[in-house]
Amino acid sequence: MHTHIHTLNQSHTHTLCVAVNMGLVMGTFSMQSNKQDRTYRKDKIDDDFDMSIVCHRPEGLDKLEAQTNFSKRELQVLYRGFKNECPSGVVNEDTFKQIYAQFFPHGDASTYAHYLFNAFDSAHSGSITFEDFVMALSTLLRGSVREKLTWTFNLYDINRDGYINKEEMTDIVRAIYDMMGKYTYPALKTDTPKQHVDAFFQKMDKNRDGVVTLDEFLLSCQEDENIMRSLQLFENVI
Amino acid sequence: MAAGVATWMPFARAAAVGWLPLAQQTMPKPPVDKTSRSDEILFVNVSGLRFQTWKNTLDRYPDTLLGSSEKEFFYNEETQEYFFDRDPEMFRHILNFFRTGKLHYPRHECIQAFEEELAFYGIIPEIIGDCCMEEYRDRKKENQERLAEDTEAENAGDAPLPPDATLRDKLWRAFENPHTSTMALVFYYVTGFFIAVSVIANVVETVPCRPLKGSVKDLPCGEKFSVAFSCLDTACVLIFSCEYLMRLYAAPSRCDFARSVMSVIDVVAILPFYIGLVMPENEEVSGAFVTLRVFRVFRIFKFSRHSQGLRILGCTLQACASELGFLLFSLTMAVIIFATVMFYAEKGTKGTTFSSIPASFWYTIVTMTTLGYGDMVPDSIAGKIFGSICSLSGVLVIALPVPVIVSNFARIYHQNQRADKMRAQQKVRQARIRMAKKGATNAFLQHKEDGGLQGGDSDSTALCVKNRSAFEHQHHHLLQCLEKTTNHEFTDEVTYSEVCMMDSVGFRTSRSTSLSSQQGATTTCCSRRSKRRAIRLANSTVSVSRGSVQELATLHITKTPVGTQYPQSRSNLNARTEDLKLNCDDYTAAIISIPTPPANTPDESLPNSPAIPGILRNSRSSTYNTQETVKISSL
Repeated sequence: MHTHIHTLNQSHTHTLCVAVNMGLVMGTFSMQSNKQDRTYRKDKIDDDFDMSIVCHRPEGLDKLEAQTNFSKRELQVLYRGFKNECPSGVVNEDTFKQIYAQFFPHGDASTYAHYLFNAFDSAHSGSITFEDFVMALSTLLRGSVREKLTWTFNLYDINRDGYINKEEMTDIVRAIYDMMGKYTYPALKTDTPKQHVDAFFQKMDKNRDGVVTLDEFLLSCQEDENIMRSLQLFENVI
Repeated sequence: MAAGVATWMPFARAAAVGWLPLAQQTMPKPPVDKTSRSDEILFVNVSGLRFQTWKNTLDRYPDTLLGSSEKEFFYNEETQEYFFDRDPEMFRHILNFFRTGKLHYPRHECIQAFEEELAFYGIIPEIIGDCCMEEYRDRKKENQERLAEDTEAENAGDAPLPPDATLRDKLWRAFENPHTSTMALVFYYVTGFFIAVSVIANVVETVPCRPLKGSVKDLPCGEKFSVAFSCLDTACVLIFSCEYLMRLYAAPSRCDFARSVMSVIDVVAILPFYIGLVMPENEEVSGAFVTLRVFRVFRIFKFSRHSQGLRILGCTLQACASELGFLLFSLTMAVIIFATVMFYAEKGTKGTTFSSIPASFWYTIVTMTTLGYGDMVPDSIAGKIFGSICSLSGVLVIALPVPVIVSNFARIYHQNQRADKMRAQQKVRQARIRMAKKGATNAFLQHKEDGGLQGGDSDSTALCVKNRSAFEHQHHHLLQCLEKTTNHEFTDEVTYSEVCMMDSVGFRTSRSTSLSSQQGATTTCCSRRSKRRAIRLANSTVSVSRGSVQELATLHITKTPVGTQYPQSRSNLNARTEDLKLNCDDYTAAIISIPTPPANTPDESLPNSPAIPGILRNSRSSTYNTQETVKISSL
């Protein structure tokens, strides 16, 4: 009986040892995988963290002053405002749409904001940096008539093929009318944008080939006194 | 994010260049920013602590004191700074709001002081950021509760009665606040004594007394001295009934009083006696009558008028009703489960006490509450296992809701303590305040006697404050450009629906033709808008009388320069209404609305009197502003 117990004890300890071994092995395995998981997760979190604090710094003040038509002072004011709103130094499309929508609470400004974003984002990087911002502003506010009209042409030319066709123009005009919202006087009819586009093409498309090229556009705009006069209105925005 | 809308204004306006080729009309002239200086640093001196910030930072929120022209009132010419005689520590937070767009609530500050500062600077507390909002709300609620208690305690009835109080009022006062008069106090103690006597009598009644001569069995005292006890009972009931009737008479609202808990207790306490009087001495019904005597014990609850602690306990139980309900429900669930299990576990045992599931309920409850009488004990192994699980779980289930009840009790108890403390302190405080006031008036009278008051203050020149904000100018110009581009105008929902209705009925409004003839005017959009306002003021039934428009055209305009003027109003960030402030230089339109009777005269053509175009030109309706301002500022 005694020996029986003894052997029982032995076998017990034996099994115990084996069990402990197994446990250790399992433990190390799980720890390793845990560690891997943890490092992977940590990397992922670090990545997210890094991406959120990515900072884009613009080129020097002198360089920007040379490239744009703004004075140093004006650039300083612009950058301070920009940096305050976007500490990371870039504006992505969603933020851009939000900002623009604040000015047009009546209607839906998101479509037009999308086209505007593409026009501002000259490098097609998906985000607007301060340089993009300031270059575009310089063209629009301080540029020559030709530069302003070229910028506008690029805005209308959604696919950047050098021609504005009716579909592109209809999209733009519809986006603009969307900003007006529902409650207008007189009430918006469904074919109002189309009529507007037809009128536009009537004026701009000189050779009646259904598309407007840059030259046609420039020529027609320069012939129109209203447009010429309006272009001078935004001189002193800043 | 939506903090600096003003920062993006130049960008939005520049982007408007994209509309120019599409525009079919000329663009309106942009507002001339006469006061535009290049960005400069402003100095703000708050009680000696000097802050500096860019002017642009403050201009971000034109609806606040610092963002609007109101700060010019605080400008000190000599030191070239804005001086505010306010708390400099709080100002830090205010300024941070301008800088970052987020308002934070400093936890160590008193909430009322903070709110006052916000009110002074024209910032509404609702824009506190999410991080601090919860704390702010909690503190505010706590404060409000405390204030409500204080006012309640003040109004509570310690003030002396007005001299014309009726007997009823006096009686009610005596009942509710016994310490106000000696008679009330005496009455209070007498009733308390009789309640105690009645309860003791009920208890002693059942104690076995020495048996009567010639009998062996012990008698309960109630039967031995039945006459004495019944006299005592009758006397008590009479007193209680008198008291109840007097209270009923004195109560200002008898229905409310009859429904209150205390009156219900009173009724329940005295009712058995009267029912016993009414019912005959019948063997059959005496059983029920005996049951009714049990209700006499409810007289003990009458003590709650005399004891505050009892009332608190009652309040606590009321407040924790949901927790108690949960406790009861979970207990019931557990009892049913375990009783079922125990019954089936013990079913095999011979001669077991677990005869049915309801019989097992008793075992389960006794075990879960850890009483363990031992009258029912499981025999089988399974029964014992489940029995032990039952007792363990019982401890848990009962322990869970108890802390909630305890904390509620503590809160209510402290509230009551505070109320009592307040009442005691109030008297001292009021006395001291009265003394101070008397001192002041005495000093004043003395001063008057001595030298007389000095003469009035110097004339102050009325400064003409310009109320427009550059931001609003620019924004309106931008929207105007959009209107010109699309050849449509912004309106509001009401006008839109009216116009739709009118169109559908087939009225050809000659208004539009008369207006279209005014294309040459620079501000025709305004005129159309005012017309719309006029239309809105007209009766919005289908049969709109055209003549009403004429009546409504009594718009008073004095003089307006050609440039567009935008009256700025200092509105809250969530403003719903605006006041038009009159500028010194520019005059704004005041639209007088005249209610028009509905008339069914269709084809009254609108006389195209020259007065109307002249009046309507250069007017500015406030609806336009209201909409824009409200919408933008609410960001």
